[in-house]
Amino acid sequence: MSANSSFLTSTIGKKYLMALTAIVWSLFVMVHMIGNMLIVVGAEAYNNYSHALTSNPMIYLIEAFLVAVLLFHAVTGLTLVVRNSRTKPKFYSVTPMREKSASIASRTMIYTGTATLAFVIWHLITFKFGPTYFVTYNGVEMRDIYKLVIEKFHEPLYVAGYAVVMILIGFHLFHGVQSIFQTLGISHPRYNKFFKFFGYTYAVVVAAGFISQPLFVFFAR
Amino acid sequence: MKSKSSNTHMTLHLKVWRQKGPHAEGKLCDYELEGVNPDMSFLEMLDILNQKLILKGEEPVAFEHDCREGICGSCSMVIDGNPHGPQKSTTACQLHMRHYRDGQTIVIEPFRAKAFPVMKDLVVDRSAFDRVIQSGGYISVNTGSSPDGNALPIAKEKADLAFDAATCIGCGACVAACRNGAAMLFVSAKVSQLALLPQGQAERSERVAKMVYQMDAEDFGACTNMGSCAGACPKDISLENIARLNREFMRSMVSGRKSYPRGDGANEGSPA
Ligand code: SF4
Ligand code: FES
Repeated sequence: MSANSSFLTSTIGKKYLMALTAIVWSLFVMVHMIGNMLIVVGAEAYNNYSHALTSNPMIYLIEAFLVAVLLFHAVTGLTLVVRNSRTKPKFYSVTPMREKSASIASRTMIYTGTATLAFVIWHLITFKFGPTYFVTYNGVEMRDIYKLVIEKFHEPLYVAGYAVVMILIGFHLFHGVQSIFQTLGISHPRYNKFFKFFGYTYAVVVAAGFISQPLFVFFAR
Repeated sequence: MKSKSSNTHMTLHLKVWRQKGPHAEGKLCDYELEGVNPDMSFLEMLDILNQKLILKGEEPVAFEHDCREGICGSCSMVIDGNPHGPQKSTTACQLHMRHYRDGQTIVIEPFRAKAFPVMKDLVVDRSAFDRVIQSGGYISVNTGSSPDGNALPIAKEKADLAFDAATCIGCGACVAACRNGAAMLFVSAKVSQLALLPQGQAERSERVAKMVYQMDAEDFGACTNMGSCAGACPKDISLENIARLNREFMRSMVSGRKSYPRGDGANEGSPA
């Protein structure tokens, strides 16, 4: 077995794969959340932004990359879950006390992760492959994605479901982002508190940002 | 904590995992134990239980112990879900009954992990750890007269970190606490201790690869950074060691060796 293939199949190699793919999507969700804030500015800004992204030919490459990375992350995560379900056949009849136990976020990664994957598919169906309206600004015809978003964000059930999923994604990031540092070996007694704080804040900012948008539309647009 | 004088005796309700052998079905059995002195250690309390069981003609509870002073790492047991009991930084043998109240129920189970199969009652087979050590947890030295103590300068910070890692007693509580049954904290402590010191440099790259592959060949789980290992570790081995292990493993991969022999120098573990 060559060094590289044995590296990738080792439990530590898989940790690296999880962390590296996690970086891509952690950055993506943050950028996506910030970009979506244009919903507050108005229809033209939002549609122009969306048009600028989707009319760039690079978009297909980037989309393919993102999908591949996400699937890779999911499949690698799944192999870890399968291994671990075999290596820990039984837990204890009493729940351990605080520091001898593990956080809820860290224990539910597979569930919050599965929910995220399901949401991404649902989300693409709703918006990317959803009903297409058109609008023209300064003679350029483009998709009126703003209109669709406003429609969706006025459905109470949609908003509620969206908020719940964002909380789950927040949980996933809560354990995941600070975990990236540890996995990549970026650790120093002086900075570890900061890495944790950074990871937790990152998760809260992404989740809160995504939740604020439908709430804003629902109550103020 | 209410102070108790040594002549106040407690009665405890124990639920102890009883299992006749490796392949037998086990179950929690109830015992009522009177006359427990708060000054006793947890293991002494089990000794009293066993004395009573022997007098009644019953099979005593099998549990591992040796030093009874927190340095050998053999007293593996899970008390109310906590490896080594509820106290932080304390082995089961150093846990005292003054932390319990009269009438309290205590559940005692063996360490649970596929890599640590139950042999009998509370005794598990932790030889998987030995095989990990055999695979690379050593240094090679030239024999001869002992070297001059000051011939090898070691920075104070490095020496401290290496010493902290070296306090790991190989008890396995990290594996027992981990919901993945991962042995990362143990392996990281052993790798760190040697990687930090000049004596460990010769085999540095090979060691980490061999030990990680042996760890994976045993039935240990994959670490997902939950951190309960460090919480349960009676020697407070820190998670920073696992970060160092990850670094060392990556360093070993990029340092240019073409391939790593798997499991040479050590017995292959139970098939993964
Ligand atoms: S790291 Fe801690 S819990 Fe694990 S074997 Fe060493 S001393 Fe025991
Ligand atoms: S009996 Fe040696 S550490 Fe507990």
